[in-house]
Amino acid sequence: MRAPASDLPLTFADAKVRAGQTTILDVDLTFNAGPPTLLIGPNGSGKTTLLRAAMGLIPVDAGRVTWGGRDAAPPERRAIVFQRPVMLRRSAAGNLRYALAAADIPRAQHAARVAELLALVGLEPLAARPARRLSGGEQQRLALARALARNPDLLFLDEPTASLDPAATKQIEDIVAAVAARGVKVVMSTHDLGQARRLAGEIILMHRGRIIERATAQDFFAAPKTKEAHRFIAGELLV
Amino acid sequence: MSGDPSALQLVLTGDPVLFAIVRLSLLVSLTAVLLATLIGVPAGAALALTRFRGREAVIVVLNAAMGLPPVVVGLAVFLLLSRSGPLGSFGLLFTPTAMVIAQTVLVTPILAALARQTIEDYWVEYREELAAMDIGPAGRIATLVWDARFSLVTALLAGFGRAAAEVGAIIVVGGNIEGFTRTMTTAIALETSKGDLPLAVGLGIVLLAIVVAINALAWGARRAGERLAG
Repeated sequence: MRAPASDLPLTFADAKVRAGQTTILDVDLTFNAGPPTLLIGPNGSGKTTLLRAAMGLIPVDAGRVTWGGRDAAPPERRAIVFQRPVMLRRSAAGNLRYALAAADIPRAQHAARVAELLALVGLEPLAARPARRLSGGEQQRLALARALARNPDLLFLDEPTASLDPAATKQIEDIVAAVAARGVKVVMSTHDLGQARRLAGEIILMHRGRIIERATAQDFFAAPKTKEAHRFIAGELLV
Repeated sequence: MSGDPSALQLVLTGDPVLFAIVRLSLLVSLTAVLLATLIGVPAGAALALTRFRGREAVIVVLNAAMGLPPVVVGLAVFLLLSRSGPLGSFGLLFTPTAMVIAQTVLVTPILAALARQTIEDYWVEYREELAAMDIGPAGRIATLVWDARFSLVTALLAGFGRAAAEVGAIIVVGGNIEGFTRTMTTAIALETSKGDLPLAVGLGIVLLAIVVAINALAWGARRAGERLAG
């Protein structure tokens, strides 16, 4: 069974990630429980690298990342949805059962949890459908359900609506809001400022691997402190 | 083509000698493919997922081993099992077991090499997702083998084709003993060299029919499985 210890707070202490000679992430920040944090910034600003390091999928080259004060905690209480999630070659329900088994959730609970997760993302009628035959939006919702199967404290979402139409985007946003309301800390990257306004409790603007500005969503959009934030909100290109 | 009618007769009347030869051939080749699958697929998967010094060389050797000459494999197994060989005391030479061993040696590299390639392609796709779900090494191999199962059917068929078609290895280690180690391919070789064509042609027809039937069955199973699992 899983350890009861939480993965929160998640702390990056002077953490750096390098690719060759280039530093692609250089941050010092802490995530606590609370409303969703939206990561914004141009391509290559380090959003995905931050999420992958936060997940523990890539090591930092300098500094530390700790989860609930622990180094290298197994990723039991955190989950991620990638921009292009990979559906396992099973049914929609089979993908969820796989994630439940991976999280050491007792088999006796699987049926009830699968039903609950499918209901949460509105995929009950498609339970038996091969996951790879689902539409893009349905696959993203299934990926969300699969990430939630392990009851995470922390949910990372890497541009989950990047390739979706408005209707599918709305469905994802509604689920994210509902999950956040249940006390899961959501950290999500997006290119969509409208989405950041709709979902964010706080905003982190990144550029060239660094945090340019971190503020509550209200403050960020009403009174951005940095010129980069002004320009980004105005729709200018940060290069 | 005076041999044709009697060849057909042999097939149609279910000649017991012919039937015994067909039965032994299938038993030997299918057992060899099963053993080669149990050894080769996990080995190929492990090779796909690990990185070590000399890995590239192992892959090159493995790929080359897909083309092992059956007669050479037969000779190696013969030396191993012959009375003065290291495994001579088991008395396996000129038995169906020796033939299974030889064909397993022939087919295992085919399954391992093709499984390695297939599973490595899946691994590139699955890697981060499985890491995010905290799946351990054994779980990764099991997941990848399962998810690649339809592609692996083709590797299995390639292995079966190799085993069912070869004559060089089993004739060396089996001895082509009538009623004991005579298979379709060894019998065809013998009957042809004797000039007794009806049995040879009959066996040839049956061999081709079986290979086609098994491929058709596997194809059908693959299509049905893909419809159900995506």
